[in-house]
Amino acid sequence: MQTPGMLDAGWALLVRDIKLGYRRIGELANPLVFFLVVATLFPLATSPERELLMEIGPGIVWVAALLSSVLALDTLYRSDMDDGTMEQMALSPQPLAWLLLVKTVAHWLVSGLPLVILAPLVAQAFFLPAEAGPTMVASLALGTPTLSLIGSIGAALTAGLRRGGALVAMLVLPLSMPILIFGARATDLAMDGLDVTGPLNLLAAIMFLALSLGPIAAAAAIRVSLD
Amino acid sequence: MNLMEFIDMGGYGAYVWSSVGLALTVLILNVVTARRAVKVELERLKRRYGNEPTQGAS
Amino acid sequence: MWTWFHKLSSPPHFYRLSGTMIPWFGWLAAALIIPSLYAGLALAPADYQQGDGFRIIYVHVPSAMLSLFVYMFMATAAAIGMIWRMKLAHAVAVACAPIGASFTFLALATGSIWGKPMWGTWWAWDARLTAELILLFLYLGYMGLRAAIDDTNRADRASAILALVGVVNVPIVHYSVTWWNSLHQASTLLKKGGPSIPPDMAIPLYGMILGFLCFFGAVSLTRVKREVLVREQNSKWVKDMVTSK
Repeated sequence: MQTPGMLDAGWALLVRDIKLGYRRIGELANPLVFFLVVATLFPLATSPERELLMEIGPGIVWVAALLSSVLALDTLYRSDMDDGTMEQMALSPQPLAWLLLVKTVAHWLVSGLPLVILAPLVAQAFFLPAEAGPTMVASLALGTPTLSLIGSIGAALTAGLRRGGALVAMLVLPLSMPILIFGARATDLAMDGLDVTGPLNLLAAIMFLALSLGPIAAAAAIRVSLD
Repeated sequence: MNLMEFIDMGGYGAYVWSSVGLALTVLILNVVTARRAVKVELERLKRRYGNEPTQGAS
Repeated sequence: MWTWFHKLSSPPHFYRLSGTMIPWFGWLAAALIIPSLYAGLALAPADYQQGDGFRIIYVHVPSAMLSLFVYMFMATAAAIGMIWRMKLAHAVAVACAPIGASFTFLALATGSIWGKPMWGTWWAWDARLTAELILLFLYLGYMGLRAAIDDTNRADRASAILALVGVVNVPIVHYSVTWWNSLHQASTLLKKGGPSIPPDMAIPLYGMILGFLCFFGAVSLTRVKREVLVREQNSKWVKDMVTSK
């Protein structure tokens, strides 16, 4: 049998993962609902005042995004680990890092992208000015892939463990803090009408760093977990 | 400089001495836990080897 | 060079070597820390701005420096363990984590004690304090991951990957936190370059830093000894050594 090229294999895996993702639509929706619920908690816990919510809005959107991305990690590798698909992937002629990158991209497309699309809605609820909207979407679009890539390392490290939930958060959250800082601050700056290219460039730079190194680390971690 | 001045540290005594005390506590705890870990492990091994029948004793 | 490297990586040899090195490091640490601490607390002149309160730096700065140094050391050992599949290097990395975490905790605690009289508050979201706090989380994550994996070999390699990912992250964290902080409180930070320290203030500080390094050497070797015992418990030399005593 002819082995498919890297691109063909990657495309097939991407399509498979997205299809699987939408087949389990309930599981898919959980992190999104979680994102909305967490964002709802903050006004209830503080106050419905417009000024306060405007002040803390960007931060809350980012914290909620970070938490929901960590929550979504559980579905990233677990089922493939359980049914042996991961073992097949590790043995396949394709580089494991490439396959994991594709899986992470598929994961982001079904869990991260809807979040980016939903964010302006939450921004409205926090009375963020309209001119900050594009910056917020841009920062989330640049930041959430990095969150997924960092998260994929954490998920790979804990893939073989039965109780990985809280541990993944403990591993991933400290590593994600720079993204949170740049992302939330970019929106802040946009609200004040200031230049946002600095933090957005930094987010993009970190994303490319994570794109190049993340899958390698994740592949090494999966091989450890498979042993 | 007399002893009282030394202890008072120009009004910062409580802060300086609690820092120093904390530092010494952390250092000592490090030493104690590390040494005890070795000792406990050696004792465990001693018990383990004691219970095993000596193999290859010929 | 390679024979030396090979010899060092042999567990029985390393075990014996650390047995002779630990007292050296230990006494050297005591010989550096005790006089330096005395000099720093009693002989060094009071700072013209902070009075005697500045003397906290004699325990704060060494622990903060060591907290970062130990992390780098741990990651280097982990990398060596991953690349050359050297079990001893993994044992060294494991031994570093609790010591590094304790230094990080010490740096945070003394920093916050210093902050109370100087800033008027126990905690400020100062860039360095925040970066140090994130470093503590990295240490705790490393130890948490190790604790969750039962198999030593797997725990070694998984935690090594985490340590290396953390190393890539440390400069990013540092930069992001500085950037984040400078945006909010611009002029409260130290002047650029900082005030130059007179030698009678600086020498005890250098002594403390060297002393802490030696202390780290002694304690980490002790912890490595324990790791070697656990990992080599089925080997003949450990058995001979334990039963002959």
